[in-house]
Amino acid sequence: MAKALDPHAAIVTEAAGPDEGGTLRTADGRPLKQALVRSSRRARRRAFLLVLPLLLFILITFVVPIGQMLQRSVKNDGFSANMPSLSAWFHENPRGTEPDDAAWAALAEDLQAAAKARTIGVVGTRINYDMPGTRSLFTSAGRKARSGVEPPYKEAILEMDQKWGDPKLWSVMREASSPYTSNFYLAAVDRTRDEQGDIVSAPAQQQIYVKLFMRTFWLSLVITFMTFLLGFPIAHLLATLPMRRSNLLMILVLLPFWTSLLVRTTAWMVLLQQQGVVNDVLVWLGVIGNNQRLQMIFNQTGTIIAMTHILLPFMILPLYSVMRTINPSYVRAARSLGATSWTAFRRIYFPQTLPGLGAGALLVFILAVGYYITPALVGGSSGQLISNMIAMHMTQTLNWSMAAALAALLLAGVLVLYWVYDRLVGIDNLKLG
Amino acid sequence: MALPTYASPLEKIWHYAYLVICAAIFFFLIAPIVVVIPLSFNAEPYFTFTDKMLSFDPDGYSLRWYDSLLTFGMARPDAPRDLSWWADAWHNAKWVNAAKSSIIIGVFSTLIATVLGTLAALGLSRPEMPWRRAIMAILISPMIVPIIITATGMFFFYSNPCEPLSWLGLNPECGRLAGTYLGVILAHATLGIPFVIITVTATLIGFDQSLNRAAASLGANPRTTFFRITMPLILPGVISGALFAFVTSFDEVVAVLFIAGPDQQTIPRQMWNGIREQISPAILAVATLLVIFSIALLTTVELLRRRSERLRGLTPR
Amino acid sequence: MRTRLILTTALCGLGLAAQAQNQEVNVVSWGGAYEKSQVQAYNMPFAEKTGIKVNMMAADNPATPLKAQVEAGNVTGDVFDIEVSDAIRLCDEGALVEIDPATLPPAPDGTPAEQDFIPGALRECAVANIFWGTPIAFDTTKFSGEKPSTAADFFDTAKFPGKRGLPKNPKRTLYLALIADGVAPDQIYEALGTPEGVDRAFAKLDTIKKDVVWWEAGAQPVQLLADGEVVMTTGYNGRFFDAMVGEGKPFEIIWDGQYMDMDMFAIPKGSPNPEAALEYLKFATSTEQLANQAKYIAYGPSRKSSAALVGLYEDGKTEMGPHMPTNEEHMKTAVMDDPEFWADHGAELTERFNSWLAAN
Repeated sequence: MAKALDPHAAIVTEAAGPDEGGTLRTADGRPLKQALVRSSRRARRRAFLLVLPLLLFILITFVVPIGQMLQRSVKNDGFSANMPSLSAWFHENPRGTEPDDAAWAALAEDLQAAAKARTIGVVGTRINYDMPGTRSLFTSAGRKARSGVEPPYKEAILEMDQKWGDPKLWSVMREASSPYTSNFYLAAVDRTRDEQGDIVSAPAQQQIYVKLFMRTFWLSLVITFMTFLLGFPIAHLLATLPMRRSNLLMILVLLPFWTSLLVRTTAWMVLLQQQGVVNDVLVWLGVIGNNQRLQMIFNQTGTIIAMTHILLPFMILPLYSVMRTINPSYVRAARSLGATSWTAFRRIYFPQTLPGLGAGALLVFILAVGYYITPALVGGSSGQLISNMIAMHMTQTLNWSMAAALAALLLAGVLVLYWVYDRLVGIDNLKLG
Repeated sequence: MALPTYASPLEKIWHYAYLVICAAIFFFLIAPIVVVIPLSFNAEPYFTFTDKMLSFDPDGYSLRWYDSLLTFGMARPDAPRDLSWWADAWHNAKWVNAAKSSIIIGVFSTLIATVLGTLAALGLSRPEMPWRRAIMAILISPMIVPIIITATGMFFFYSNPCEPLSWLGLNPECGRLAGTYLGVILAHATLGIPFVIITVTATLIGFDQSLNRAAASLGANPRTTFFRITMPLILPGVISGALFAFVTSFDEVVAVLFIAGPDQQTIPRQMWNGIREQISPAILAVATLLVIFSIALLTTVELLRRRSERLRGLTPR
Repeated sequence: MRTRLILTTALCGLGLAAQAQNQEVNVVSWGGAYEKSQVQAYNMPFAEKTGIKVNMMAADNPATPLKAQVEAGNVTGDVFDIEVSDAIRLCDEGALVEIDPATLPPAPDGTPAEQDFIPGALRECAVANIFWGTPIAFDTTKFSGEKPSTAADFFDTAKFPGKRGLPKNPKRTLYLALIADGVAPDQIYEALGTPEGVDRAFAKLDTIKKDVVWWEAGAQPVQLLADGEVVMTTGYNGRFFDAMVGEGKPFEIIWDGQYMDMDMFAIPKGSPNPEAALEYLKFATSTEQLANQAKYIAYGPSRKSSAALVGLYEDGKTEMGPHMPTNEEHMKTAVMDDPEFWADHGAELTERFNSWLAAN
C-alpha cells in the first residue's frame, strides 16, 4: 500500500509545521506524534469492534461448549456426590488405612440412602468404569440395603457379597471419592491403576484406544498419500491447460466438493456393495466369478476409498493455485540445458509445488483425523476411527467422561497440526475453489 | 498443454498415458455422483443396474422412488390426488417436512453467519486490526475442529446454556436450546462462519482501500461509503460465502443428531436414518435431487467468482 | 461479561418460547416394520380417540437416547420402547417415572391389569407390550443342497459358506456362540458368569469373526439378507416375518436357540408431555391394542387376554400363531433374557466385546 494513501497522511498534510520546540503539530495544535497514536488507536478499535460480535458469538457457541465438555474428562462426581459419608471418610483417612468400623458404617448409610434416592445405579456405573464387573455389586447391595442394614456393618455387608472386602475395590472407591480424577485420561491411553494406586497397563483384552489412535493416524496418512497420488496429476493438468478449458475441467473437481457428504457416501455404498455396481461390472468382465465378489465395504478399504474421494478436492485446490504461479520457462530452461523430462520435473518443477503440496496434505490430514460420518457408514468394524469411538461413548455406553478424555487427546493433536498449518501456510491462504 | 516439438517418442507415450491417467481420476471423481442418478429411476428396489435398465427397456425405469418421497409418512397416500392429497403431503410427508426444516434452519443460520462473518471479515482485512492472526485462527477453528468434538460440546452446552455461568458463581435458571430450532440454527451458524470469513476476506484482499478514502474525501459518510462503494464490490464474495454457509447447514448431520429434537428432522438426518436402516432407492432419489441442487449452486458461485474478479480488475489473462 | 449475560438470557428466552407446543406425544421406538405396526395399532387409533398427535422417532436402541436425555437434563421423548434389562437398570438410576399398575385398564372381562399381564411384564417403572425373539434366518436360494437347521450350523462356515450377520452387541452374540458350542440353553447365564465361559464364547466367535457383517439397527439384518450381503443372519422375528410373508422374500427361520425378550413402554423423568405420555402408555397396553398389533407383526402380546384375540395377519389368510416366538415349538431351545444378569454384567461384557471387535 502506498505511503501517501495512509489514513494518517491527511493529518500530516494538515499539520501546522514545526513549532519552536521542534515538535510537529497538527492543525489544531496537538503534537503530531500524539495525534497519530490516537488516530491509530481509534482505527484499531474500530477494526476490532467490527470483529467483536463474531468473536463473542464463536466464544459462546463454540469455545465455551468445548471447554465445558473437556471439563468432564477430569470431573465425574457420580460417586462423590451420591456417597457423601464414605467420601468424607476417605478424605479424613490417608491412603493405606484399613477400612475401620466408621468406614463400614458410612458405606452402609450411603448404600441405603443411594438406594432410596435411586442413585445407586449411578454410583455403580462410576466405580464400574475403573473396575469392570462391580456395577452389580452396588445395585444388588442397594436392593438389599433398602430394607435396612443392621450393625455390625462390616459382617452384614460382607455377607451380601464377599467382593466388598476386595482391597482393589476400596482403592477404586478412594479414587472416586474426589470428583476430579485423571483416570479417564489413563484409560484413554490403555492404562489403569492397581491396588496401590500406581499406573499400570490395562489387561490385554481391554486395550483398545492406543490401537485406535494408531489406526486413525495410519489411515489418515494413507488417505493423505492417496489424495496426493490422485490429486497431483489433476492439479498439474488443470494448471497447464489454457484457462478456458481448465475452468471447465475444474467444475469436475468442484462438483463433488459441493455435493452433500451423505450423497457421496451413499454413492460409494451403492457402488462397493457385494451386489453393487463395481462388483457387477467385475463379474460381467469376467475378472472375478459370481461367488468371489470382493468385500470392498464395511472394512478399511471402504473407509479409504470413500474418504480419498471426499477429501481429494482439498488436495487439488491448493496444489492447483500454487502450480498456476509456476513459470514454465524454468522447466524449459532445464530441458535446454540437457535435463531429461524426468530430471526437469524432479529437480525443477516438483520442488516449486511443495508449498501447495504441504498445504493440501496438512489440510487433508487434519480433516481425515477427525472424520466421523463416512467411517461410521462404510467402515464396518475394522474401518472405524477414533471419532467413532468418541461417538460410541457419547451415545451408547454413555461414559461421557471417557468420551471427553478421548476428545481432548484428539483435539490436542488437531490443534498442534492446525498451529503447524498456520505457521507454514497461514490460515489466510485457505481457499475454497 | 501441448507437447513440445522436441519431445522424444517415449515422452509422447508418457504424455498420452498421463492424459489417460487424468481421465481415469476425473472418472473416479465424478462417477460416484453420476451413477446415483440413473439408479434412482430403477423400477426395482435394487442398487444396481437391472438387465431391463441396461437394455433401455422403459419398464426397467420408473418414478416410483420420487413418488415415495411424497407419500412416505402421509396419512392417506392412496387417496385420489386432489387438493387435499397435496395438503396431506405438505403437512405429513416426512421428506417434505424434512425439506421444510432444512430450509428454515439453513436460511436463518446463513443470515447470522453472513452478517457476523462479513462484518468480521471487514475488520480483519483492515491493516490496523490487532491480534489479527490469533483471532483469525479462532474464527476459522469450527472448520478444523473435528465435528464430533464440536457436536459433543454443543450437546452439553445446549442442554443447559447457563451452566458455564456457574463458574462465575451465578446460578440463573434458563431453559434449553437443545431440541429447538434456535439451537440448531445457532450451531449451524457457528459451523458456517469459517466459510464466510474465508470467501469474504479473499474478496477483500484485492479490494483497493483508496476507493473508500476517495468516497470519504468526496464527502460521503462511512455508511454511504459502505453501502455505495464497499458493498457492491464485495457482494459477490459475500454471496458465495453465504452459499457456502447454506450448503454447510444443508448438509450437516452430526450436530443435528446430537442437539436436534423431534421437530428438527432435517434432510440429512432423514437420510442418515434411511442409510442406516434400509437404503431403498428412495435415498438415491433424494441424492439425485441434492446433486441437481449442488450443480445449481456451483454454477451460481462460479458466475459470481468471475463477476467479482472482473469488478476488481483481476480478470485472468 | 454483562453483554454476554444479557445475550445468553435472551437466547434462553427464545429457546423457551419455542417450547410451547400443542398437545402431542413423542414416542421413541425401534424403526422399520416394528414402528409401522405400532403406528397402525397404537398411534392412529390413539390420535383418533384423543386428538393428541403422536410423533414417532426411531433409534437403534431407544434406551440410549433416553439415558442420554435424562442425564443431560434435556428430555425430548415422552414414551420410550425399551428392553426389560434396560428398564430395570434405568429405574435403578432414577431415570424413569414409576407406574402404578392399578391405573392400567383392566381386561375386557374385568380382570385387573396386575393379573392380566404375563408374569414379569409389569415392572416398577415400565409396562411390557410384546414378546419378541431373535432367531436365525437364511436365504433359501443360497443353499442348494442341505439347508442349515441349528445354531451350530450358523457357525459352520465350511459346511454352509457365506457371510453371517450378527448384532454389534454382546447380549445376542455370546449366548449364541455358547449354544453352538454345545451349552444347554438353561445353562447359558451360569456359563457367562464365569471367565472361562466368556472366553469360550469369544473363542467360538473367533472362528467366524472374519465372515461376520455386524448390524446395529433392527432393519439392517433383513436388508443385508435381501441384498445378498449375508446368507444367514440373526434378527428380530417380526421383521423376518414381514419380509417373508409381507414381501414374499425367500427366507426361512431357524428357531433353534432364539433369544427372547420383552419390549416395554417407559416414561422418563422430566418428559415434555408427561400426561399425554401416560395416556398413550395406558392406551397402547390395553387388551385390544396389544391384540391389534399382532395383526401387523409377529410378536406375542404381553396380556393373557390379548392372546385369545390374536388371529390372522392383515392379509387375511396367514395364521399368526405359528410365526409367534411364543409358539410352544419355538420355546423349546429358546434363551429367555435375564435382566438381572445383564444389569450386572452388561457394561463389562460390552467393554470386552468392543475391544475384541477392534482387534484385528
